[in-house]
Amino acid sequence: MPRFIIRRLLSSVPVLLGIIALVFVLARVIPGDPCTATYGERATPELCAAFEIRYGLDKPIWEQFLIYFGAILQGDLGNSLRFGRPVTDILVERLPVTVELTIVALLFASFVGIILGVLSATRRNSPVDVATMIVANLGVSTPVFVLGLLLAFAFAVLLKDTAFALPPSGRLSPGVSVVPLAQAWGLEGLSGPPRMLLNFFSNMYVINSLVTGQWSVLADALRHLILPAVAVGTIPLAIIARMTRSSLLEVLGLDYIRTSRAKGLKERSVITRHGMRNALLPVVTVIGLSLGAFLSGAILTETIFNLTGMGKTLFEAIEGRDYIVIQGVTIVVAVAYLLVNLVVDVSYAFLDPRIRLS
Amino acid sequence: MTLSQPSLDAAVDALTASPASSLRRDTIRNILRQRTAVVGLTIMLLLVLVAVFADVIAPFEPNVSMLDLGLPGTRGLPPCIHLLGCPADQTQHLMGLDSNLRDAFSRVIHGARVSLIIGLATVTVAIVIGTLIGAVAGYSGGRTDNVLMRLMDVVLSFPSLILAITIVTVLGTGLLNAMLAIAIVSIPVYARVMRASVLSVRESDFVTASRALGESSVGILSRRILPNALTPLIVQGTLGIGGAILEVAALSFVGVGAQPPTAEWGFMIASDRNLFFSAPHLIFFPGVAITLSVLAFNLIGDGLRDALDPRLNR
Repeated sequence: MPRFIIRRLLSSVPVLLGIIALVFVLARVIPGDPCTATYGERATPELCAAFEIRYGLDKPIWEQFLIYFGAILQGDLGNSLRFGRPVTDILVERLPVTVELTIVALLFASFVGIILGVLSATRRNSPVDVATMIVANLGVSTPVFVLGLLLAFAFAVLLKDTAFALPPSGRLSPGVSVVPLAQAWGLEGLSGPPRMLLNFFSNMYVINSLVTGQWSVLADALRHLILPAVAVGTIPLAIIARMTRSSLLEVLGLDYIRTSRAKGLKERSVITRHGMRNALLPVVTVIGLSLGAFLSGAILTETIFNLTGMGKTLFEAIEGRDYIVIQGVTIVVAVAYLLVNLVVDVSYAFLDPRIRLS
Repeated sequence: MTLSQPSLDAAVDALTASPASSLRRDTIRNILRQRTAVVGLTIMLLLVLVAVFADVIAPFEPNVSMLDLGLPGTRGLPPCIHLLGCPADQTQHLMGLDSNLRDAFSRVIHGARVSLIIGLATVTVAIVIGTLIGAVAGYSGGRTDNVLMRLMDVVLSFPSLILAITIVTVLGTGLLNAMLAIAIVSIPVYARVMRASVLSVRESDFVTASRALGESSVGILSRRILPNALTPLIVQGTLGIGGAILEVAALSFVGVGAQPPTAEWGFMIASDRNLFFSAPHLIFFPGVAITLSVLAFNLIGDGLRDALDPRLNR
């Protein structure tokens, strides 16, 4: 097993280098001049010359790449051209929003998707199966932004003043605020990477309020997350439900299932203990493959529900030609995607001995 | 006795012709046997008809405001359908008016044309380039294969929408560039499918025979290997059309795709988003249009895959 993980880690290195290089090139060829974008009409040749020297833009492109690459290896993503703040600071503040949304959506999609898939497979061709498959097909075909807007309309306008009303934007209701972890735990003196890590988790309101026991904040944060998470999770949910159904149907036709039925096991344990164990393998892969859909969905959904996460950061940066931020956001998202895929591969090998032994 | 190349080709083609046409017949029969695929085909046929006859079906020009026509109207006017009790003295607008006082129904109808072109063109570009890359990689093997496929891995290691947004920013915003960006990010899928097919038939006897007869690499690739790879490419491509429509709509929604006044569904939703709480129909109808067209291609793609999968034919 360790050899499999090491081999898989090593094979990601060239891809990682490729990602950094591709993002660097893409960000540099974006039309428009960062100095003019930052200063607007106030940009003068002198000001721009100073600006270029300050950010190293006067150096040859290869030198800029080497400097950038060296800095990335030290965890430094540069300073935002517009705000002058380190990109890592911006990411620590905003990445948790996207991560939190993605995790909640992932849990929702996996949980509901697998249950729907099992229901449909065990009651094949029943109304439950047909309905699930219709919903799954529609779910895969509906744009996440349309779904997000329609959900917002249904729960914030049509169901307003009922028990089902949900907030259409933001992360917390006005007047509700969350105590940062550093403050709650008296760690305000902490600095450097540990402090950044602490702030990162602190900005995931659900986790923060859960570990510090701020229950009213937790309830409020969750209420704000329901609509965006359902919007983000629906497409992957549909894919997961379809995969679970077809995979379980295939497994249920195998001999060992007949054997377990023949020896008098209850249908429930035939399915959960024997069927699902094998049927889940392709489902895990599909969940891993859907991560791109989760992230893309999260970025689109953030714009609808007014959440300041990676999506909003990326769009602002593109508008302002702040290519240090564009680079940072794209690299972090791509690396996160790469790492999660690695985890999926490893967990797949863990679940299926044939893979790690081959 | 030696056989000249053309006569050999003729002989090979004759031998392969009848199974091919019966495969086609079987495939069509298998597809028509699946209810979901028939639903998909029906929706697609309707879409094509709507796209072709958009000028006839749409009561108004898609980009003309009611103000220019001297007709009354308010921003985000709800649908007015005479059959459903809308007063006869009011102009009929099946899907209401948008924020620029244009007839939403006419725009949705014309959007079918735009979206079908988007889907087909994007996937065609992606298939052509992807097939080429996959064929070269699979056929040459060794270092070329390694470099090309690692490059594809890099592209695949980005969530597609994020990479597409960055590419459009580089190319400049606009529908054509958005289509190009989506085509670029979907190239690896086709390259992988093609490479896998090439690898699976590269060492077959009929390829070795062609090589022994002196057929060029290009000839072997295009006449012997490509036909064998077509099936998975067609399935992937059909599913890809739906995906392309969805992703270009997303790019238009975030403002880097279609520009005003194009009647593109994603862009229509984006531009009327501010009226959403008072005029949800302006989001609903283009949204349903996107869903239906994506659904159609997904159902056909699934149907094709099942129809071409020999394991399911028995």
